[in-house]
Amino acid sequence: MNDIFRGNLVRLSAFDPEEMSKTFARWHRNSEFQRLLNASARGLLSPKAELKWMEEEVGEISLGSYFFSIRTLEDDKLIGQINLDVVSWPGGDAFVGLGIGETEYWSKGYGTDAMNVLLRFAFIEVNLKRVTLTVFEYNPRAIRSYEKAGFRHEGRKRLLLNREGRRWDELYMGILREEWLALNPE
Amino acid sequence: MLDIQTQLFESADLHLGPVDHEKDPEIESKWTHDSDFMRLMEINPARPLSAAMVKKQYEKLEKQIEEEKNLFHFMIRAKEADRLIGKAAIYWIEWTNSNGWIRLGIGAVEDRRKGFGTQAMQMLLRFAFAELNLFRVSAMAPEYNDGAIALLRKFGFTQEVSRRSALERDGRRWDLYVFGLLNEEWRSGSRSQEER
Amino acid sequence: MRDLFRGQLVRLTLEKSEVRARAELRWQRDTEFHRLADSGPALLNSERKIKEWFEKQAEKGVDPEKYSFSVRTLEEDQYIGFLGLWVDLIHREAWVGIGIGEREFWSRGYGTDMMKLCQQYVFAELGMERLSLGLHEYNARAFRSYKKCGFRLEGRTRQEVLREGKRTDVLWMGILREEWLQIQNGDGK
Repeated sequence: MNDIFRGNLVRLSAFDPEEMSKTFARWHRNSEFQRLLNASARGLLSPKAELKWMEEEVGEISLGSYFFSIRTLEDDKLIGQINLDVVSWPGGDAFVGLGIGETEYWSKGYGTDAMNVLLRFAFIEVNLKRVTLTVFEYNPRAIRSYEKAGFRHEGRKRLLLNREGRRWDELYMGILREEWLALNPE
Repeated sequence: MLDIQTQLFESADLHLGPVDHEKDPEIESKWTHDSDFMRLMEINPARPLSAAMVKKQYEKLEKQIEEEKNLFHFMIRAKEADRLIGKAAIYWIEWTNSNGWIRLGIGAVEDRRKGFGTQAMQMLLRFAFAELNLFRVSAMAPEYNDGAIALLRKFGFTQEVSRRSALERDGRRWDLYVFGLLNEEWRSGSRSQEER
Repeated sequence: MRDLFRGQLVRLTLEKSEVRARAELRWQRDTEFHRLADSGPALLNSERKIKEWFEKQAEKGVDPEKYSFSVRTLEEDQYIGFLGLWVDLIHREAWVGIGIGEREFWSRGYGTDMMKLCQQYVFAELGMERLSLGLHEYNARAFRSYKKCGFRLEGRTRQEVLREGKRTDVLWMGILREEWLQIQNGDGK
Protein backbone atom coordinates (compact mmCIF):
# COMPACT_ATOMS: atom_id res chain seq x y z
CA MET A 1 0.00 0.00 0.00
CA ASN A 2 1.72 3.11 -1.15
CA ASP A 3 -0.19 6.35 -1.17
CA ILE A 4 -3.66 5.84 0.22
CA PHE A 5 -4.63 9.37 -0.78
CA ARG A 6 -3.98 8.74 -4.46
CA GLY A 7 -6.72 7.63 -6.84
CA ASN A 8 -6.73 7.17 -10.60
CA LEU A 9 -7.68 10.72 -11.58
CA VAL A 10 -7.30 12.70 -8.38
CA ARG A 11 -5.48 12.82 -5.12
CA LEU A 12 -6.69 14.09 -1.79
CA SER A 13 -4.50 16.70 -0.21
CA ALA A 14 -4.54 18.97 2.79
CA PHE A 15 -7.36 21.43 3.16
CA ASP A 16 -5.72 24.80 3.57
CA PRO A 17 -8.32 27.34 4.70
CA GLU A 18 -6.39 30.27 3.17
CA GLU A 19 -6.34 28.69 -0.27
CA MET A 20 -9.78 27.13 -0.01
CA SER A 21 -11.53 30.27 1.15
CA LYS A 22 -10.47 32.15 -1.97
CA THR A 23 -11.40 29.25 -4.22
CA PHE A 24 -14.71 28.60 -2.51
CA ALA A 25 -15.69 32.24 -2.72
CA ARG A 26 -15.30 31.89 -6.48
CA TRP A 27 -17.07 28.51 -6.74
CA HIS A 28 -19.95 29.74 -4.67
CA ARG A 29 -20.69 32.43 -7.24
CA ASN A 30 -21.97 29.59 -9.38
CA SER A 31 -25.47 29.25 -7.98
CA GLU A 32 -25.87 25.80 -9.53
CA PHE A 33 -22.92 24.62 -7.44
CA GLN A 34 -24.36 26.26 -4.36
CA ARG A 35 -27.76 24.68 -4.78
CA LEU A 36 -26.35 21.22 -5.41
CA LEU A 37 -24.13 21.40 -2.36
CA ASN A 38 -26.05 23.37 0.26
CA ALA A 39 -29.48 22.85 1.71
CA SER A 40 -29.67 26.32 3.17
CA ALA A 41 -29.56 29.51 1.20
CA ARG A 42 -26.12 30.93 1.43
CA GLY A 43 -25.73 34.19 -0.43
CA LEU A 44 -22.31 35.35 -1.52
CA LEU A 45 -19.47 35.60 0.93
CA SER A 46 -16.17 37.36 0.44
CA PRO A 47 -13.00 35.25 0.71
CA LYS A 48 -12.48 36.82 4.14
CA ALA A 49 -15.92 35.73 5.34
CA GLU A 50 -15.40 32.25 3.88
CA LEU A 51 -12.08 32.06 5.68
CA LYS A 52 -13.69 32.91 9.01
CA TRP A 53 -16.29 30.19 8.51
CA MET A 54 -13.66 27.67 7.47
CA GLU A 55 -11.37 28.40 10.35
CA GLU A 56 -14.22 27.72 12.73
CA GLU A 57 -15.26 24.52 11.00
CA VAL A 58 -11.96 23.17 9.77
CA GLY A 59 -9.32 25.17 11.55
CA GLU A 60 -8.65 23.09 14.61
CA ILE A 61 -7.78 19.49 14.01
CA SER A 62 -10.65 17.73 15.64
CA LEU A 63 -11.09 14.05 16.16
CA GLY A 64 -13.41 12.43 13.66
CA SER A 65 -13.55 15.40 11.35
CA TYR A 66 -11.42 15.11 8.20
CA PHE A 67 -11.27 17.74 5.46
CA PHE A 68 -9.46 17.27 2.17
CA SER A 69 -8.98 19.25 -1.00
CA ILE A 70 -9.19 17.38 -4.31
CA ARG A 71 -6.47 17.90 -6.89
CA THR A 72 -6.13 16.35 -10.35
CA LEU A 73 -3.22 13.98 -10.80
CA GLU A 74 -2.60 15.32 -14.30
CA ASP A 75 -1.94 18.98 -13.55
CA ASP A 76 -2.39 19.23 -9.79
CA LYS A 77 -5.38 21.49 -10.25
CA LEU A 78 -7.58 22.18 -7.22
CA ILE A 79 -11.05 21.11 -8.31
CA GLY A 80 -13.05 20.41 -5.17
CA GLN A 81 -13.26 19.35 -1.58
CA ILE A 82 -14.34 16.25 0.27
CA ASN A 83 -14.83 15.72 3.98
CA LEU A 84 -15.70 13.01 6.45
CA ASP A 85 -17.47 13.61 9.75
CA VAL A 86 -17.83 10.80 12.28
CA VAL A 87 -21.23 10.87 13.97
CA SER A 88 -21.03 7.70 16.03
CA TRP A 89 -17.79 6.06 17.12
CA PRO A 90 -19.27 2.85 18.49
CA GLY A 91 -21.41 2.57 15.35
CA GLY A 92 -18.45 3.54 13.18
CA ASP A 93 -20.69 5.80 11.09
CA ALA A 94 -19.58 8.96 9.31
CA PHE A 95 -21.13 11.45 6.89
CA VAL A 96 -19.27 12.31 3.71
CA GLY A 97 -19.64 15.57 1.83
CA LEU A 98 -18.28 16.11 -1.67
CA GLY A 99 -18.26 19.14 -3.92
CA ILE A 100 -16.51 19.59 -7.27
CA GLY A 101 -16.26 23.33 -7.81
CA GLU A 102 -14.64 23.32 -11.26
CA THR A 103 -17.62 22.50 -13.46
CA GLU A 104 -15.59 21.26 -16.43
CA TYR A 105 -14.72 18.28 -14.24
CA TRP A 106 -18.33 17.23 -13.77
CA SER A 107 -19.55 13.95 -15.33
CA LYS A 108 -16.02 12.76 -16.06
CA GLY A 109 -15.46 10.39 -13.16
CA TYR A 110 -13.51 12.79 -10.98
CA GLY A 111 -16.12 12.87 -8.25
CA THR A 112 -16.46 9.10 -8.19
CA ASP A 113 -12.69 8.74 -8.01
CA ALA A 114 -12.43 11.20 -5.12
CA MET A 115 -15.20 9.34 -3.30
CA ASN A 116 -13.41 6.02 -3.77
CA VAL A 117 -10.23 7.40 -2.26
CA LEU A 118 -12.18 8.84 0.65
CA LEU A 119 -13.99 5.56 1.26
CA ARG A 120 -10.70 3.72 1.33
CA PHE A 121 -9.44 6.19 3.92
CA ALA A 122 -12.63 5.78 5.94
CA PHE A 123 -12.59 2.00 5.96
CA ILE A 124 -8.93 1.08 6.15
CA GLU A 125 -7.46 4.00 8.03
CA VAL A 126 -10.20 5.26 10.32
CA ASN A 127 -11.63 1.73 10.58
CA LEU A 128 -15.20 2.89 10.16
CA LYS A 129 -18.10 0.51 9.65
CA ARG A 130 -20.28 2.61 7.36
CA VAL A 131 -20.39 5.86 5.48
CA THR A 132 -23.55 7.89 4.99
CA LEU A 133 -24.42 10.72 2.67
CA THR A 134 -27.38 12.87 1.76
CA VAL A 135 -28.04 14.14 -1.76
CA PHE A 136 -30.85 16.19 -3.23
CA GLU A 137 -33.28 14.53 -5.62
CA TYR A 138 -32.56 17.19 -8.25
CA ASN A 139 -28.90 16.11 -8.41
CA PRO A 140 -29.07 12.95 -10.58
CA ARG A 141 -25.43 13.24 -11.63
CA ALA A 142 -24.27 12.88 -8.03
CA ILE A 143 -26.75 10.12 -7.27
CA ARG A 144 -25.40 8.07 -10.20
CA SER A 145 -21.83 8.71 -9.09
CA TYR A 146 -22.57 7.54 -5.56
CA GLU A 147 -24.37 4.43 -6.83
CA LYS A 148 -21.26 3.66 -8.85
CA ALA A 149 -19.13 3.99 -5.75
CA GLY A 150 -21.32 1.39 -4.07
CA PHE A 151 -23.73 3.45 -1.97
CA ARG A 152 -27.20 1.99 -1.51
CA HIS A 153 -30.41 3.94 -1.19
CA GLU A 154 -31.71 4.02 2.35
CA GLY A 155 -34.72 6.30 2.03
CA ARG A 156 -35.61 9.93 1.59
CA LYS A 157 -36.84 12.85 3.65
CA ARG A 158 -39.93 13.90 1.77
CA LEU A 159 -40.22 17.45 0.48
CA LEU A 160 -37.34 18.68 2.61
CA LEU A 161 -36.13 21.52 0.41
CA ASN A 162 -37.98 24.51 -0.92
CA ARG A 163 -36.49 25.93 -4.11
CA GLU A 164 -37.92 27.62 -7.15
CA GLY A 165 -41.42 27.40 -5.78
CA ARG A 166 -41.59 23.66 -5.25
CA ARG A 167 -40.38 21.15 -2.75
CA TRP A 168 -37.76 18.44 -3.22
CA ASP A 169 -36.78 15.26 -1.40
CA GLU A 170 -33.42 14.66 0.24
CA LEU A 171 -32.09 11.14 -0.34
CA TYR A 172 -30.06 9.16 2.18
CA MET A 173 -27.50 6.69 0.90
CA GLY A 174 -25.15 4.43 2.82
CA ILE A 175 -22.37 1.96 2.23
CA LEU A 176 -21.32 -0.65 4.76
CA ARG A 177 -17.75 -1.73 5.24
CA GLU A 178 -18.58 -5.27 4.10
CA GLU A 179 -20.10 -3.91 0.92
CA TRP A 180 -17.12 -1.71 0.17
CA LEU A 181 -14.69 -4.56 0.80
CA ALA A 182 -16.63 -6.79 -1.58
CA LEU A 183 -16.33 -4.14 -4.28
CA ASN A 184 -12.66 -3.44 -3.54
CA PRO A 185 -11.03 -6.75 -2.75
CA GLU A 186 -7.47 -5.41 -2.78
CA MET B 1 -60.69 34.00 14.16
CA LEU B 2 -57.13 33.18 15.34
CA ASP B 3 -57.23 31.10 18.50
CA ILE B 4 -54.75 32.80 20.76
CA GLN B 5 -56.28 31.49 23.94
CA THR B 6 -55.29 27.82 23.76
CA GLN B 7 -51.98 27.75 25.60
CA LEU B 8 -48.95 26.68 23.56
CA PHE B 9 -46.95 25.77 26.63
CA GLU B 10 -49.53 24.04 28.81
CA SER B 11 -51.31 20.72 28.67
CA ALA B 12 -53.53 18.86 31.15
CA ASP B 13 -50.68 17.80 33.44
CA LEU B 14 -47.57 19.50 32.10
CA HIS B 15 -46.06 22.76 31.13
CA LEU B 16 -43.07 23.60 28.94
CA GLY B 17 -40.60 26.11 30.29
CA PRO B 18 -37.03 27.40 30.16
CA VAL B 19 -34.08 25.93 31.97
CA ASP B 20 -33.77 26.57 35.71
CA HIS B 21 -30.00 26.91 36.06
CA GLU B 22 -30.12 26.37 39.81
CA LYS B 23 -32.49 23.42 40.25
CA ASP B 24 -32.44 21.50 36.98
CA PRO B 25 -28.79 20.41 36.76
CA GLU B 26 -29.10 18.14 39.79
CA ILE B 27 -32.14 16.37 38.38
CA GLU B 28 -30.79 16.03 34.88
CA SER B 29 -27.52 14.75 36.33
CA LYS B 30 -29.52 11.93 37.90
CA TRP B 31 -31.04 11.03 34.53
CA THR B 32 -27.58 10.70 33.05
CA HIS B 33 -26.81 8.03 35.63
CA ASP B 34 -29.65 5.93 34.23
CA SER B 35 -28.07 4.06 31.34
CA ASP B 36 -31.45 2.83 30.08
CA PHE B 37 -32.68 6.40 29.62
CA MET B 38 -29.43 7.58 28.06
CA ARG B 39 -29.37 4.71 25.57
CA LEU B 40 -32.90 5.56 24.46
CA MET B 41 -32.24 9.28 24.31
CA GLU B 42 -28.70 9.51 22.93
CA ILE B 43 -26.72 8.05 20.07
CA ASN B 44 -23.46 8.82 21.84
CA PRO B 45 -22.28 6.46 24.60
CA ALA B 46 -24.17 6.79 27.87
CA ARG B 47 -22.03 8.44 30.54
CA PRO B 48 -22.88 9.96 33.90
CA LEU B 49 -22.49 13.72 34.20
CA SER B 50 -22.09 15.77 37.35
CA ALA B 51 -24.53 18.63 38.01
CA ALA B 52 -21.70 21.07 37.23
CA MET B 53 -21.25 19.54 33.79
CA VAL B 54 -24.98 19.71 33.10
CA LYS B 55 -25.00 23.35 34.15
CA LYS B 56 -22.19 24.02 31.70
CA GLN B 57 -24.21 22.33 28.96
CA TYR B 58 -27.13 24.62 29.70
CA GLU B 59 -24.90 27.65 29.29
CA LYS B 60 -23.64 26.39 25.94
CA LEU B 61 -27.20 25.66 24.90
CA GLU B 62 -28.46 29.15 25.67
CA LYS B 63 -25.50 30.64 23.84
CA GLN B 64 -26.28 28.49 20.83
CA ILE B 65 -29.94 29.48 20.91
CA GLU B 66 -28.99 33.12 20.88
CA GLU B 67 -26.24 32.93 18.26
CA GLU B 68 -27.50 30.42 15.77
CA LYS B 69 -31.21 31.13 16.02
CA ASN B 70 -32.09 27.65 14.76
CA LEU B 71 -32.94 25.95 18.03
CA PHE B 72 -35.80 25.96 20.58
CA HIS B 73 -35.34 24.10 23.81
CA PHE B 74 -37.98 23.28 26.44
CA MET B 75 -37.86 21.78 29.87
CA ILE B 76 -40.95 19.72 30.64
CA ARG B 77 -42.39 20.04 34.12
CA ALA B 78 -45.33 18.31 35.77
CA LYS B 79 -47.76 20.92 37.06
CA GLU B 80 -47.99 19.01 40.32
CA ALA B 81 -45.10 20.36 42.42
CA ASP B 82 -43.60 21.99 39.32
CA ARG B 83 -41.42 18.93 38.96
CA LEU B 84 -38.92 18.56 36.13
CA ILE B 85 -39.73 15.39 34.24
CA GLY B 86 -38.15 15.75 30.82
CA LYS B 87 -36.88 17.93 28.00
CA ALA B 88 -37.65 18.58 24.36
CA ALA B 89 -36.24 20.55 21.48
CA ILE B 90 -36.79 21.68 17.92
CA TYR B 91 -33.34 21.92 16.40
CA TRP B 92 -31.30 22.22 13.18
CA ILE B 93 -34.05 24.49 11.85
CA GLU B 94 -33.52 25.60 8.27
CA TRP B 95 -35.67 28.69 7.84
CA THR B 96 -35.52 28.97 4.06
CA ASN B 97 -36.71 25.38 3.76
CA SER B 98 -39.04 25.58 6.77
CA ASN B 99 -37.89 22.33 8.27
CA GLY B 100 -36.40 21.12 11.51
CA TRP B 101 -35.76 18.16 13.79
CA ILE B 102 -37.49 17.31 17.04
CA ARG B 103 -36.44 15.34 20.07
CA LEU B 104 -38.16 14.56 23.34
CA GLY B 105 -37.29 12.57 26.45
CA ILE B 106 -38.98 11.83 29.76
CA GLY B 107 -36.16 11.32 32.23
CA ALA B 108 -37.38 9.19 35.10
CA VAL B 109 -38.77 5.73 34.47
CA GLU B 110 -41.61 6.36 36.97
CA ASP B 111 -42.82 9.21 34.76
CA ARG B 112 -43.21 7.13 31.65
CA ARG B 113 -46.39 5.34 30.62
CA LYS B 114 -48.49 8.15 32.08
CA GLY B 115 -49.34 9.90 28.86
CA PHE B 116 -46.77 12.60 29.51
CA GLY B 117 -44.91 11.82 26.30
CA THR B 118 -48.09 12.25 24.30
CA GLN B 119 -48.90 15.58 25.96
CA ALA B 120 -45.36 16.86 25.45
CA MET B 121 -45.26 15.76 21.82
CA GLN B 122 -48.62 17.45 21.23
CA MET B 123 -47.28 20.79 22.50
CA LEU B 124 -43.98 20.40 20.69
CA LEU B 125 -45.59 19.71 17.32
CA ARG B 126 -48.12 22.50 17.72
CA PHE B 127 -45.28 24.92 18.38
CA ALA B 128 -43.34 23.65 15.38
CA PHE B 129 -46.26 23.72 12.95
CA ALA B 130 -48.64 26.39 14.20
CA GLU B 131 -46.14 28.86 15.59
CA LEU B 132 -42.87 28.31 13.71
CA ASN B 133 -44.79 27.42 10.55
CA LEU B 134 -42.44 24.63 9.67
CA PHE B 135 -43.39 22.67 6.56
CA ARG B 136 -42.05 19.41 7.99
CA VAL B 137 -40.21 18.00 10.97
CA SER B 138 -37.90 15.01 11.19
CA ALA B 139 -37.01 12.77 14.12
CA MET B 140 -34.41 10.06 14.68
CA ALA B 141 -34.96 6.85 16.62
CA PRO B 142 -32.86 3.72 16.93
CA GLU B 143 -34.64 0.52 15.90
CA TYR B 144 -34.61 -0.76 19.52
CA ASN B 145 -36.51 2.26 20.86
CA ASP B 146 -40.04 0.85 20.66
CA GLY B 147 -41.46 3.59 22.85
CA ALA B 148 -40.22 6.43 20.67
CA ILE B 149 -41.26 4.67 17.48
CA ALA B 150 -44.76 4.04 18.83
CA LEU B 151 -45.11 7.68 19.92
CA LEU B 152 -43.95 8.98 16.54
CA ARG B 153 -46.30 6.70 14.64
CA LYS B 154 -49.15 7.72 16.90
CA PHE B 155 -48.68 11.30 15.74
CA GLY B 156 -48.62 10.29 12.11
CA PHE B 157 -44.88 10.27 11.45
CA THR B 158 -43.77 8.11 8.51
CA GLN B 159 -40.56 6.12 8.68
CA GLU B 160 -38.64 7.49 5.71
CA VAL B 161 -35.06 6.34 6.08
CA SER B 162 -33.25 3.38 7.60
CA ARG B 163 -29.56 3.97 8.17
CA ARG B 164 -28.45 0.37 8.23
CA SER B 165 -26.26 -0.78 11.14
CA ALA B 166 -25.52 2.81 12.08
CA LEU B 167 -25.39 2.10 15.81
CA GLU B 168 -23.71 -0.48 17.94
CA ARG B 169 -24.85 -1.47 21.42
CA ASP B 170 -24.66 -4.68 23.43
CA GLY B 171 -22.38 -6.23 20.89
CA ARG B 172 -24.69 -5.96 17.91
CA ARG B 173 -25.48 -3.42 15.27
CA TRP B 174 -28.80 -1.59 15.02
CA ASP B 175 -30.46 0.46 12.34
CA LEU B 176 -31.18 4.13 12.91
CA TYR B 177 -34.51 5.33 11.55
CA VAL B 178 -35.44 8.78 10.35
CA PHE B 179 -39.11 9.73 10.58
CA GLY B 180 -40.88 12.66 8.94
CA LEU B 181 -44.15 14.51 9.43
CA LEU B 182 -45.51 17.21 7.16
CA ASN B 183 -47.46 20.19 8.44
CA GLU B 184 -50.50 19.24 6.37
CA GLU B 185 -50.40 15.69 7.74
CA TRP B 186 -50.27 17.03 11.29
CA ARG B 187 -53.04 19.49 10.57
CA SER B 188 -55.45 16.86 9.24
CA GLY B 189 -54.44 14.50 12.02
CA SER B 190 -54.99 17.02 14.80
CA ARG B 191 -58.23 18.19 13.31
CA SER B 192 -59.57 14.67 13.42
CA GLN B 193 -58.29 14.37 17.01
CA GLU B 194 -60.26 17.46 18.01
CA GLU B 195 -63.36 16.16 16.31
CA ARG B 196 -63.27 13.02 18.41
CA MET C 1 -31.48 -3.50 28.34
CA ARG C 2 -28.78 -4.06 30.91
CA ASP C 3 -28.01 -1.34 33.45
CA LEU C 4 -24.54 -0.32 32.43
CA PHE C 5 -23.79 1.55 35.61
CA ARG C 6 -24.84 -1.05 38.16
CA GLY C 7 -22.92 -4.19 39.10
CA GLN C 8 -23.36 -6.71 41.90
CA LEU C 9 -21.54 -4.75 44.59
CA VAL C 10 -20.93 -1.30 43.15
CA ARG C 11 -22.39 1.31 40.86
CA LEU C 12 -20.71 3.88 38.61
CA THR C 13 -21.49 7.56 39.06
CA LEU C 14 -19.77 10.88 38.64
CA GLU C 15 -19.40 12.75 41.90
CA LYS C 16 -19.14 16.50 42.37
CA SER C 17 -15.64 17.93 42.39
CA GLU C 18 -15.82 18.76 46.13
CA VAL C 19 -16.75 15.19 46.99
CA ARG C 20 -13.99 13.75 44.83
CA ALA C 21 -11.42 16.17 46.19
CA ARG C 22 -12.26 15.39 49.80
CA ALA C 23 -11.84 11.67 49.20
CA GLU C 24 -8.66 12.06 47.15
CA LEU C 25 -7.19 14.17 49.92
CA ARG C 26 -7.44 11.19 52.27
CA TRP C 27 -6.47 8.51 49.78
CA GLN C 28 -3.30 10.28 48.68
CA ARG C 29 -1.91 9.89 52.20
CA ASP C 30 -2.12 6.12 52.00
CA THR C 31 1.30 5.15 50.67
CA GLU C 32 0.35 1.56 49.98
CA PHE C 33 -2.66 2.69 47.95
CA HIS C 34 -0.56 5.18 46.05
CA ARG C 35 2.17 2.71 45.21
CA LEU C 36 -0.31 0.17 43.96
CA ALA C 37 -2.25 2.69 41.91
CA ASP C 38 0.45 4.93 40.55
CA SER C 39 3.96 4.96 39.14
CA GLY C 40 4.66 8.61 39.76
CA PRO C 41 6.19 9.80 43.04
CA ALA C 42 3.83 10.22 45.99
CA LEU C 43 2.59 13.78 46.23
CA LEU C 44 0.51 15.66 48.75
CA ASN C 45 -1.83 18.14 47.10
CA SER C 46 -4.13 20.54 48.90
CA GLU C 47 -7.85 19.90 48.77
CA ARG C 48 -8.28 23.13 46.88
CA LYS C 49 -5.77 22.18 44.24
CA ILE C 50 -7.35 18.76 43.77
CA LYS C 51 -10.80 20.32 43.54
CA GLU C 52 -9.56 22.80 40.93
CA TRP C 53 -8.12 19.99 38.90
CA PHE C 54 -11.46 18.15 38.90
CA GLU C 55 -13.31 21.34 38.07
CA LYS C 56 -11.03 21.96 35.11
CA GLN C 57 -11.87 18.49 33.86
CA ALA C 58 -15.58 19.17 34.21
CA GLU C 59 -15.15 22.45 32.32
CA LYS C 60 -13.71 20.63 29.34
CA GLY C 61 -17.00 18.83 28.98
CA VAL C 62 -17.61 15.53 27.34
CA ASP C 63 -14.57 13.99 25.65
CA PRO C 64 -15.08 10.85 23.57
CA GLU C 65 -11.51 9.80 24.37
CA LYS C 66 -11.65 9.99 28.16
CA TYR C 67 -14.14 8.67 30.70
CA SER C 68 -14.05 9.26 34.41
CA PHE C 69 -16.28 7.37 36.84
CA SER C 70 -16.67 7.45 40.60
CA VAL C 71 -17.48 4.18 42.31
CA ARG C 72 -20.03 3.79 45.10
CA THR C 73 -21.03 0.63 46.95
CA LEU C 74 -24.58 -0.52 46.39
CA GLU C 75 -25.20 -1.47 50.00
CA GLU C 76 -23.82 1.45 52.01
CA ASP C 77 -23.73 3.92 49.09
CA GLN C 78 -20.15 4.67 50.12
CA TYR C 79 -17.75 6.36 47.72
CA ILE C 80 -14.82 3.95 47.59
CA GLY C 81 -12.83 4.55 44.43
CA PHE C 82 -12.55 5.51 40.79
CA LEU C 83 -12.41 4.11 37.28
CA GLY C 84 -10.76 5.91 34.37
CA LEU C 85 -10.84 5.03 30.69
CA TRP C 86 -8.69 6.28 27.84
CA VAL C 87 -10.09 5.42 24.44
CA ASP C 88 -8.36 5.09 21.10
CA LEU C 89 -11.28 5.50 18.73
CA ILE C 90 -9.38 4.61 15.58
CA HIS C 91 -7.98 1.33 16.85
CA ARG C 92 -10.97 0.64 19.08
CA GLU C 93 -8.82 -0.02 22.10
CA ALA C 94 -9.44 1.26 25.60
CA TRP C 95 -7.08 1.54 28.58
CA VAL C 96 -8.42 1.29 32.09
CA GLY C 97 -7.13 2.41 35.46
CA ILE C 98 -9.04 1.58 38.64
CA GLY C 99 -8.39 2.19 42.30
CA ILE C 100 -10.12 1.57 45.59
CA GLY C 101 -9.08 4.25 48.05
CA GLU C 102 -11.01 2.79 50.99
CA ARG C 103 -8.83 -0.04 52.32
CA GLU C 104 -11.60 -1.95 54.04
CA PHE C 105 -12.97 -2.73 50.59
CA TRP C 106 -9.82 -4.47 49.36
CA SER C 107 -9.89 -8.23 48.75
CA ARG C 108 -13.66 -8.45 48.97
CA GLY C 109 -14.54 -8.65 45.30
CA TYR C 110 -15.22 -4.96 44.83
CA GLY C 111 -12.35 -4.47 42.40
CA THR C 112 -13.41 -7.47 40.35
CA ASP C 113 -16.97 -6.16 40.22
CA MET C 114 -15.70 -2.75 39.08
CA MET C 115 -13.58 -4.31 36.38
CA LYS C 116 -16.46 -6.46 35.11
CA LEU C 117 -18.64 -3.36 34.85
CA CYS C 118 -15.82 -1.67 33.00
CA GLN C 119 -15.51 -4.52 30.52
CA GLN C 120 -19.23 -4.49 29.89
CA TYR C 121 -19.19 -0.72 29.33
CA VAL C 122 -16.25 -0.83 26.99
CA PHE C 123 -17.55 -3.71 24.86
CA ALA C 124 -21.33 -3.17 25.04
CA GLU C 125 -21.51 0.63 24.92
CA LEU C 126 -18.27 1.96 23.49
CA GLY C 127 -17.95 -0.72 20.83
CA MET C 128 -14.29 -1.35 21.62
CA GLU C 129 -12.38 -4.37 20.42
CA ARG C 130 -9.82 -4.60 23.19
CA LEU C 131 -9.30 -3.47 26.72
CA SER C 132 -5.79 -3.05 28.11
CA LEU C 133 -4.20 -2.26 31.43
CA GLY C 134 -0.87 -2.11 33.17
CA LEU C 135 -0.02 -2.97 36.75
CA HIS C 136 2.98 -3.32 38.99
CA GLU C 137 4.38 -6.81 39.35
CA TYR C 138 4.12 -6.43 43.12
CA ASN C 139 0.35 -5.87 42.90
CA ALA C 140 -0.57 -9.52 43.32
CA ARG C 141 -4.09 -8.78 44.50
CA ALA C 142 -4.94 -6.85 41.34
CA PHE C 143 -3.30 -9.44 39.13
CA ARG C 144 -5.51 -12.18 40.61
CA SER C 145 -8.61 -10.03 40.19
CA TYR C 146 -7.85 -9.19 36.57
CA LYS C 147 -7.18 -12.81 35.71
CA LYS C 148 -10.55 -13.68 37.19
CA CYS C 149 -12.09 -11.18 34.78
CA GLY C 150 -10.47 -12.83 31.80
CA PHE C 151 -7.49 -10.56 31.20
CA ARG C 152 -4.43 -12.31 29.79
CA LEU C 153 -0.85 -11.43 30.64
CA GLU C 154 0.63 -10.17 27.40
CA GLY C 155 4.04 -8.97 28.45
CA ARG C 156 6.14 -7.03 30.87
CA THR C 157 8.48 -4.10 30.76
CA ARG C 158 11.41 -5.29 32.77
CA GLN C 159 12.61 -3.30 35.76
CA GLU C 160 10.66 -0.25 34.72
CA VAL C 161 9.84 1.01 38.21
CA LEU C 162 12.32 1.94 40.92
CA ARG C 163 10.99 2.14 44.47
CA GLU C 164 12.55 1.62 47.87
CA GLY C 165 15.82 0.97 46.09
CA LYS C 166 14.40 -2.02 44.18
CA ARG C 167 13.51 -2.36 40.53
CA THR C 168 10.28 -4.12 39.58
CA ASP C 169 8.52 -4.94 36.34
CA VAL C 170 5.32 -3.48 34.96
CA LEU C 171 2.93 -6.12 33.62
CA TRP C 172 0.70 -5.57 30.62
CA MET C 173 -2.62 -7.36 30.30
CA GLY C 174 -5.41 -7.33 27.76
CA ILE C 175 -8.74 -8.85 26.88
CA LEU C 176 -10.24 -9.04 23.40
CA ARG C 177 -13.86 -8.49 22.55
CA GLU C 178 -14.34 -12.12 21.37
CA GLU C 179 -12.85 -13.38 24.61
CA TRP C 180 -15.22 -11.24 26.65
CA LEU C 181 -18.21 -12.38 24.57
CA GLN C 182 -17.19 -15.98 25.11
CA ILE C 183 -17.10 -15.48 28.86
CA GLN C 184 -20.52 -13.84 28.70
CA ASN C 185 -22.04 -16.69 26.74
CA GLY C 186 -20.28 -19.33 28.77
CA ASP C 187 -21.44 -17.97 32.10
CA GLY C 188 -24.88 -17.14 30.75
CA LYS C 189 -24.63 -13.85 32.68
